[in-house]
Amino acid sequence: MKLLWELFFTFARVGVMTFGGGYAMLPILQREVVENKGWATEEELADWFAIGQCTPGVIAVNTATFAGRKVKGNIGGIVATLGIVFPSIVIISLLAGVITTFADVAWVKNAFAGIRVCVCVLIFNAVMKLWKKSVIDKATLVIYLLILAASLFLDWSPVIFVVFAALCGIVLQVKLKRGGEQA
Amino acid sequence: MIYLQLFWEFFKTGLFAIGGGMATLPFLYDMADKTNWFTRAQLADMIAVSESTPGPIGVNMATYVGYLTKGVPGAITATLGLVAPSIIIILIVAAFLEAFRTSKYVGGAFYGLRPASTALITSAGLIVVKETFVVSTGFFWQGLILAAVIIVLTNFVKQTKKWHPIVFIGLSALVGVVFRFAGA
Repeated sequence: MKLLWELFFTFARVGVMTFGGGYAMLPILQREVVENKGWATEEELADWFAIGQCTPGVIAVNTATFAGRKVKGNIGGIVATLGIVFPSIVIISLLAGVITTFADVAWVKNAFAGIRVCVCVLIFNAVMKLWKKSVIDKATLVIYLLILAASLFLDWSPVIFVVFAALCGIVLQVKLKRGGEQA
Repeated sequence: MIYLQLFWEFFKTGLFAIGGGMATLPFLYDMADKTNWFTRAQLADMIAVSESTPGPIGVNMATYVGYLTKGVPGAITATLGLVAPSIIIILIVAAFLEAFRTSKYVGGAFYGLRPASTALITSAGLIVVKETFVVSTGFFWQGLILAAVIIVLTNFVKQTKKWHPIVFIGLSALVGVVFRFAGA
């Protein structure tokens, strides 16, 4: 029980210290989980992070689940995850209430008009980074353009596009591998 | 009933959003269109708040939507919905780590998923761009200048490249207030 509390508070601390999630979290996890607690090695953490990036869900949450499981089995995985989301729930609930109240104040409106411009650039930068890792050959470029066009012009759920792309990937890769073996 | 719906919508988001926080964006736009929980305009503000507060962006956005929909219990429900698939999937993956890493089917699926996820985020980004720059008074030229400056600072200037996004968000807010970006 004590270990579970420790897991919860350690990951709550990681949650408070992470701004932006994803990569921003790696150095903090290294300090808390590897150096301070000795729950995992650098290599294990790197592996979890890599898998957390390519499995569904938020990277920070995926990595927390991995770490928690290593320390205290499945229940540990669940507790670590609840720990990492706990600060978000508290902080955002407080802020969302405040922002909704002041949304009509003139300077708040002006500030958010400026912030929105910044958000556009942040998304643009995120897309650039992802692009370099995901669009690596002609086939992935075709998938990118196809899904982009489909999501802009069709009013379908993104779920359909994601499942379609996964199937495309399997067909392409498994077919390519076979072609390679024959040659 | 609305709690069940919130949980389910975010469960789907957690299950199909691949590649971190921003990947939840297309699902949130889909949600804004299908439900009356929040508007597309509110989403851009949510992104800004989620980037500038502690915690993973994806989790913060889920909490925000949940709060707007049904207060604190809504925030908790949406967040639990978002993380539930992660917990299930990671616990399974962790148990079969080696097989997962070497499977050509898993590798193939992600080969297709990665560009698709990038495309979905691009398309969500284009919606944010449209809502930011096409305003009731026409085209938002001052905004375009600010955007160009931030692109240069975040990508090309060595000294400012490593700055945390929160710095740029803060400065943009200041510019918005000084130059009355919303015309208010």
